[in-house]
Formats: sequence, structure tokens, C-alpha cells
Amino acid sequence: MNLMILNAKIVHPRPLGAACTEPGTGTIYIVDGVFAERDQATAAGLIDADGAPREGTDVVDATGLYALPGLIDAHAHLRDPGQEYKESIATGTRAAARGGFTSVLCMPNTIPVIDNAAVVRYVIDKARREGAVNVFPIGAVTKGQQGVEIAEIGLMQEAGAVAVSDDGAPVSTAAMLQRALLYAADFGIPVIDHCEDLSLAAGGLMNEGLNSTVMGVQGIPAVAEDIIVARDIELAGYLGLSIHLAHISTAGAVALIRRAKARGIRVTCETCPHYFTLTDDHCLGFNTLARVNPPLRRPEDVAAVIEGLADGTIDMIATDHAPHHDDEKDIEFAHARNGMTGLETAWQLAWTRLVLPGHLEIGDLARLMSRAPSERFGLGRGGFEAGKPADLILVDPEREVTVDRFRMLSRAHNSPYHGMTLQSDVVRTYVGGREVYRG
Amino acid sequence: MSYEEGLRRKDLLGIQQLGVDEIYAILDTARNMKQVMESGNKRTAYLAGKSVVTLFYENSTRTRASFDFAAKYLGASAGALSSSGSSTAKGESLLDTAITIDRMATDFLILRHQVSGSPHYLAPRVRASVINAGDGCNEHPTQALLDLYTMRDRLGRLHGLRVAIIGDISHSRVARSNLWALQKLGCDVRFAGPGTMMPRFIEQTGVTRCRSVEEAADGADVVMGLRIQLERQAAGLFPSVPEYVRYYSITDEVLAHAAPHALIMHPGPTNHGVEMETSIVEHERSVIHEQVTNGVAVRMAVLYLLNLARNRRQRGARSA
Repeated sequence: MNLMILNAKIVHPRPLGAACTEPGTGTIYIVDGVFAERDQATAAGLIDADGAPREGTDVVDATGLYALPGLIDAHAHLRDPGQEYKESIATGTRAAARGGFTSVLCMPNTIPVIDNAAVVRYVIDKARREGAVNVFPIGAVTKGQQGVEIAEIGLMQEAGAVAVSDDGAPVSTAAMLQRALLYAADFGIPVIDHCEDLSLAAGGLMNEGLNSTVMGVQGIPAVAEDIIVARDIELAGYLGLSIHLAHISTAGAVALIRRAKARGIRVTCETCPHYFTLTDDHCLGFNTLARVNPPLRRPEDVAAVIEGLADGTIDMIATDHAPHHDDEKDIEFAHARNGMTGLETAWQLAWTRLVLPGHLEIGDLARLMSRAPSERFGLGRGGFEAGKPADLILVDPEREVTVDRFRMLSRAHNSPYHGMTLQSDVVRTYVGGREVYRG
Repeated sequence: MSYEEGLRRKDLLGIQQLGVDEIYAILDTARNMKQVMESGNKRTAYLAGKSVVTLFYENSTRTRASFDFAAKYLGASAGALSSSGSSTAKGESLLDTAITIDRMATDFLILRHQVSGSPHYLAPRVRASVINAGDGCNEHPTQALLDLYTMRDRLGRLHGLRVAIIGDISHSRVARSNLWALQKLGCDVRFAGPGTMMPRFIEQTGVTRCRSVEEAADGADVVMGLRIQLERQAAGLFPSVPEYVRYYSITDEVLAHAAPHALIMHPGPTNHGVEMETSIVEHERSVIHEQVTNGVAVRMAVLYLLNLARNRRQRGARSA
């Protein structure tokens, strides 16, 4: 697959602490599905000696557009196998492509659970046949995600799993987490934890606060997240091993992680667009689309998450794309499932709520949404370096999008952003140099 | 006094949604309804030809009977469904059940459900007017309205009253509906109860959270007990009934802190000897039995006013 992209403003991931630089306009060469230097493009016959495209070369004029390394989502639920009525690898990866994600790490809470090599291979094979973008499965930490016996982490990794997680629930006990960290360390496979003290969160449906009190709904206190974040940090520090913390949502957790990093503890973490854009006010009126776990928090938590993104405490933005059937959301508040779709709105939200107000530069988004997850999970992507798979997106910063939850490529409609107008949109997505989305 | 508007809504979901004028419209109308109840002929025709269905997913004696009598005194035909002994026991969803009843030309659907927000979910999805008869820990608006009616009837006013509410606040829709109502009408509301049954952020609502029953009762015009679910003890929210009684029961000693004219109230059913002794239930200042009577009058008023609103809307739809 050969391609030439002209006149794009090329956005390189901005390393933390590096000076801001305006993306320079340049040409991107893709030879055989990987990024190439100009001389390689010449040798491959894309361009002549003067740099002009030869006849027959596919050329895209990206004047006015940004080119970024394809986005990488470290946390999505594709629901396949077992819950294809919510989403499938085919529909979920099309949603990803539309949102600018060229790689998706999918969580193992499928039916059956991705807790052995056979299910890992099923996901990879199906993604190869039906997927629009790269899919990297995450295996379970424990068999059946039951928190009792460690899963076959080595065999899953060999089959293609890039991380392990019992997502949906925390690794059951400190002892089990210690076992997982010790065991996974020799395989070099990251362990991801979902931080929630279940004894404090039990029965909770939304953030514990004034809103939950007024609505007569049992709350999930912020401290339920903070306590497990603290547990995980101390354990990782004690063992000298690394851990990745999923979907950070509280000011307390951000502060704990910031301190842990200063202490040299090898902790990384992600947050999600809904934790820097929404608060528990969205639950008022018993809005089930705002039900998610961790729950939407208070404005001070949103501010802390944005601060954590700006100062590098939070390493990456993942979506926690959690598709559900309409019947699972159009129901009494307490009976609704947790989760919201996110693949198709993450870029627009990050741009509108982080870049436009000046919290971050576009190069930070390239880091947070592409380079950082690639490095953390060893995907060999996240940049334009020659030889890397040509996963990239073209973004129009001027285009406005009004979110319509019923007109998405995901099979599900559970987006809380319905009706919201956002700035900037993905107009092309390429995976391995192949166009997989055009908007 | 006339209220052209009465109620400006199709449904009664909670006190939170009501305007002060709407609350007073209900209370004033209830006064007339109580006269009907006390007259020789309790059967009126205000809701003649209308149908009222109670759909209860939780056990209830007084609220259900109260709505039932209210509907009958207004001349409506009344039906009842409960979660056991109907299709809901076979797993039919709330929405499916409600739509089924709705399509039998039901005018009023009175819902009690264990999930907070259920009537809010249902109301826009059915043609009938939905009346919340208690949803989870959220609201029980007609209970608060009958409490207001009783206080106003006995004390002559609502504005400026000090009301102490004692017990399990966390799980109480009665406490919440009363709080919203009393705050709207300019009362001073004070809560007391075990710390395990007090919502953590309750003071942000403007209520005074007291550390003892005596402190809450201090100078109060009304001392209201809440029913304590004895299964909360098994859940570990309080150590034992005797200890609960020792610190949270409404006793003569507690009442000595209240104003001399203070009313004793309880939404019922009372756990005798727990929230209060039988002697307190039957105290000369207790209005607990009156609350039951007033409950019917208030529910008649709610049905009557919602029916006027329905008629107005239907006339509007026809002339449009």
C-alpha cells in the first residue's frame, strides 16, 4: 500500500516538558503500509528525483488538515465474543476508525472471558477478518475474572495479548494483585487495575455527593477509588514493579499518583473523556446515559483530572468505550447498565475541552492518545518514524460536529453527548496506509 | 381562594418539581376534600368516569388504601395491581406493565417502586397521569403533602415552623419529600439519627444536622419520627434495637425540649417501642392518626387538581 500525503500540518507527539512547536507542513510517504523517508519513496517509485509524484501514485492533498499518528485506545469494550447484540469487532472497529482510532485494546470481560489463549486467538483472528482497525486483546488477570486463580498470562501473551486486567472489578485482593504483578513481570506484560473498593461502592449507582443525596440514590464515594489506587501504588512500590491504573476519575487519585511518580514508583494511568468533560450533574433527572463506573464526579475532580493531564500525572486518554443495548439504558435508573460509548467522540472532546481552552497543545494529544499507549503496551506505533506501520489520521480543526447518538457507527447508542456541538473532526483514518474511514 | 392554574403538570413526581403556589393549591383543595370526607355522603362525581390504577411494587397498606379511598370518594373507578400475583412476577418489565395498564384507558397511574426515579422514567412514556406513591429513597410527595396539611391545620401556619425529623434519613423518601417541601415553605428543618443512616452531604441541602435527638427537638414545633426498617440492624447500620431506642427514640424527655405545643408525627406504620412508645403514639399532642385521615383528603386533592389539568390539556388539544 503506497500513498503520499501532501501539505498536512504534521503533529508529532510532544514529549512531556518539551517546548511547544507549531506543527510544520510537510509530506508523508507511505511505502508498503509503513511510513517511509523521501529517499525510500523515491526508490519505491512514488516520486521522481524532484520529489514530484509519479503517475499512478495515490496522492492526498491535506491542505488545512492536521496529520497525527493514529489514535490508540488503551481501554475499550468490543463485547465480542458473546454480547454481539451490544457491539462486535466489526462494528466496534468501524466506530474506532470513525473516531480516529487505528488501534484498540479490548477488555476481557466478554462471554466467555478472554482468560486463555484460545479466546485471545479468536479475537485476533476475527479482527483480522472483520476489523477495520488493529485490535490488541487484553487478557484477564484471573480465570473467569473471578479473582481466585491466576489466568494463563504467559500463553495469552504468546497468543497476542498485550496486557492483563480484571476490568469491571478491581483485582480482588492485595495478595492476588501481588501474585499477578510478580508473575506478569517476567513476561513483561503490563497489569492493569480497575480501582474501586467494592465494600465502599456496593449498591452505589452514581457519585456520592449532594446530587446522589437529593435523588435518593446510593452513592459511590470518591474515596472508594482512592483507597485502591493507594493500595496498588504501595504494592507496586514495595515490589519495585510497574502497574497501570485504569480510568482515573478523582482528585484524590490524581494527587496520589502524582506523589507516587515523584517517589519513583512505576505507576502509569489513564483517564477518559467523560472524566474531563462531565460531572454528576448529568445524572440529575435520572439520566441513565450518565451512569458509568467510575461514576461522573464533581467539578473539582474534573479540574484535577485536567491538571493531571497537563502536568503528566495522567499518562494517556482512553475511552472506556462501553456499548450497551437500548433496552439496557432505556430503563429505571437502578437497573441501567454502567458505561457509555466513547470511540466516536473522544477526539472531538479532547480538542474542544482540552486544546481549545488552552490546557494542552495538539502535540500533547498525540502523546496522550497515541504515543503513550503505544509505548506502555509495546505496540510499536504512535509516531511517523520510518518503518512504523502507517497508522495515521487527518483532522480538520475547523469542522463542527453535533453529536447524534442514533447516527453512530457503533451498534450502540449510549452516548451522553447527544446534541452537544463539538469542534474539530477526524476526516480520514488510515491503518497500515489503507484508508478505513473518510468523513 | 381560587387557583386558576392549580397544578401545572401532567404528573406528580415529587415535591422537588412543585411550585409553592401548587403546594398551597393542593393544601387548600384538601381542606374542601376533608369536608367531603366528614359529610354524610362521601361519594362525589369530581372524577366520575375516570379510572385510577394503583401499581405497587412494594408492600403498603395505608398509602395504597388511602389512594384507593381517595379515588372512590371522587367517583372514579379504581383498580389495583401489585408485583406479586401479576405478570410482574413473571419478569415483565415496569415499562411493559405500565404501558399495558395505560392502554386500558387508565387516567391515573399511581406507582410505588423500590427504584428511585421510576415514576420519572415512566411519566413521559404513558398517557396516564403518574402519581408517585414512593420511589426508592427519593420521594413520597403525597406523604409530605399530608404532613404539611396536618401541621398547617393544627398550628395555623407553615412559614417559620421548626420541624425535627428523627431516624433513618438515608433510606427515607419521607424525610426527603418533607425536607424539600418544608424548605420551600420557609421552615427550619433539623435532622437527627444514627451517623450510619445520615447522608454524608445532607447539610449541603441547608438542613441542620443535629448530633442528638434532644438537640433536634430543641424548640421544635413538630417532632416527626421515621419508620426504621428493622432489617437495617442485620445490615450493620445500628448495633441493636435497645441501643437505637436508648439514643433515638422519641420519649417524654425528648419532647420536653420541644415547644409546649409541639406536634408528634410519624408516617406509619410505627414500630411501637422503637421509634416511640405506644404512649407517645397515643399522646395528646400526637396527630399520627389524623395524618391518616388527612392523607385521603390530600390524595383526593391531588387527583382532583391533576384531573383539572388533564381536562384543560384535552380541551386545549381539541381546540388546537
